[in-house]
Amino acid sequence: MSTVLIIGANSDIAKATARVYAGFGYDLILAASSLEVLDPFVNDLKIRYDRNIDTIELDILNYQSHAEICKNIPKHIDGVIVAVGYLGDQFKSQNDFDETQKITDTNYTGIVSVLNIIANDFEKRKSGFIVAISSVAGERGRKKNYQYGAAKAALTTYLSGLRNRLYDKGVSVLTVKPGFVLTKMTRGLDLPEKLTAQPKEVALAIYSAQQKGKDTLYYYKKWRLIMWIIRMIPEKIFKRLDL
Amino acid sequence: MRLKSWGNYPHVEGENYPVVSDDDLTDVLTQKTSLIVQGNNRSYGDSAFAQTVIDMKARDHFLDFDTKKGILELQAGALISDVLESIVPKGWILPVLPGTQLITIGGAIASDIHGKNHHNVGTFCQFVKSLRLMLSNGEIIKCSNTENVQAFRATCAGMGLTGIILDATIQLAPISSNRIKQTSHKTKNLKHTFEIFNENNDSSYSVAWIDCLAKDQELGKSVVMLGEHETEGELEYKYKSRHKMPFYLPSFVLNSWSIRLFNWLYYFKTKKKSQSVQLQSFFFPLDSIVDWNKMYGKSGFVQYQCVIPLEHSYEGIKALLNKISDSKQGSFLAVLKRMGCANDNLLSFPMEGYSLALDFKVNKKTLELLDTLDEIVKQYNGRLYLCKDARMSEDTLNHGYKNAEKFRKFRQDTESNKTFNSYQSTRLKL
Repeated sequence: MSTVLIIGANSDIAKATARVYAGFGYDLILAASSLEVLDPFVNDLKIRYDRNIDTIELDILNYQSHAEICKNIPKHIDGVIVAVGYLGDQFKSQNDFDETQKITDTNYTGIVSVLNIIANDFEKRKSGFIVAISSVAGERGRKKNYQYGAAKAALTTYLSGLRNRLYDKGVSVLTVKPGFVLTKMTRGLDLPEKLTAQPKEVALAIYSAQQKGKDTLYYYKKWRLIMWIIRMIPEKIFKRLDL
Repeated sequence: MRLKSWGNYPHVEGENYPVVSDDDLTDVLTQKTSLIVQGNNRSYGDSAFAQTVIDMKARDHFLDFDTKKGILELQAGALISDVLESIVPKGWILPVLPGTQLITIGGAIASDIHGKNHHNVGTFCQFVKSLRLMLSNGEIIKCSNTENVQAFRATCAGMGLTGIILDATIQLAPISSNRIKQTSHKTKNLKHTFEIFNENNDSSYSVAWIDCLAKDQELGKSVVMLGEHETEGELEYKYKSRHKMPFYLPSFVLNSWSIRLFNWLYYFKTKKKSQSVQLQSFFFPLDSIVDWNKMYGKSGFVQYQCVIPLEHSYEGIKALLNKISDSKQGSFLAVLKRMGCANDNLLSFPMEGYSLALDFKVNKKTLELLDTLDEIVKQYNGRLYLCKDARMSEDTLNHGYKNAEKFRKFRQDTESNKTFNSYQSTRLKL
């Protein structure tokens, strides 16, 4: 039976994705910084889907630990899904470098640290799939969330390079760019109803895109057009906008 | 923000408050007043709306499943579709299934829902072995038929007005196939429809689609569908939605002519007397069209479901159908169902007799029509289903629900009336 490693398993999108993969017959290894919080969810997965679910503790910011953790993954994994993300506080980050660093390291540096190791492994055995959740926020810097956006832009670029490198090794890389999703991370934000997806919908779209070997997934799909338009606005005009 | 129910009527103001942990719940109980819990927002009217709507969808964990005895324990926010996906492959099914699988377990309990087998097995809550309820002071109690019985009777069918249903333990029923043997009978008129129901009262499932625009000799013309579980076959189950209603249809599309055409097609399309169908297409035919409620246009629709006691069922249903047929305010979906005995839950809807459910596009004329239907229901000592209601009067409620006063007293004694209040409960002074 195939096994998928899900990193950042406490996030709402990760949980929804875990359910979809387990529902399609995958065994799972869930990695999160706090396993205690994850316990009820692991129990839920086991009851619902009758699959083997393992957990490992992984702190995305503790780079030194990553090699050891990846070496000790209990089984052969067929794919990895990275759903680590930290929106942070843009305003706070402008005056507090610690916040800036936390945003950058959680959304970019930490993920790169883990994926470097896994990508080498997949490259060696010439199989595997990598899925990582980036964001449409990485497509253009806006004053409301450019620290987060910049980290996501870096992640998107990293994934595109990785895809290019691993293409002829038979390893697929899927960059997921969700628009608004109703999750713990976005709770309390006033999101437009028609553009806001449920984690479950995103999860199903991820599964289907990954199975088809796609490169990039915008969700909803209309975000591809929206972001294209936003990218086309000349900087002279864009800098004056309050988006 | 603007809150919209499944019927898109009425629109009210309120705040959506998603909860995950028990702490989230105690927080909201201390911070806010005028609360109501919401599941998957499939109630038609205003029963799941308040100034603050507690969104339970994230609390959907399965807690325990005894696959030998068929006992499932799970959180209230879990969807019936998820439950079926998990239990059907193991040879179990929920003993009571509503017309859609997109409702939560908590919602099923709060409305004490019934299914096409009510005449045989009763309501959903009759299979709830126990539940845990968070009271307005944050205290959590366990209730069942033997423990905190009063709270159990008030909470089952209590429309979320007694506290927050956290989780429940449910007795499942065994099955050995994911298919149903469906038999259809076309009937000529209401008398004939009642005869078919009577002849088949031992059939596991029964329901009739009724042409509510038919008149005179043909009044009550129906297709009665009966169902039995197949005894052999596969047990696979995946929730599928095939079509999506992409936008609201302009409200003029549904009129007495288009409904007449639909009814005519439906009646004549039903040819095969007996066929084997998937569980989903038997129980949840409308779920295959996502957002079918948009069919009624932006102004929305109301569903009207009443039950008339057996001794007056025939005259009562006939009087209702006559009134509807005369008004030409046709209902696209009209469903007639023989019900079994009532249970002891204070606000439970079913009682022995016949239930008629109808959808009406909202406009001034239909609202007036519904008021006249209320009078007929009262005259025959019937009552209306709370989870579909958006407009009945307090008087209509009191007339139909003899235990309403007991329910009010329970609310006062436990002080849940100070915290949990939906737009519906305020309207009905519950």
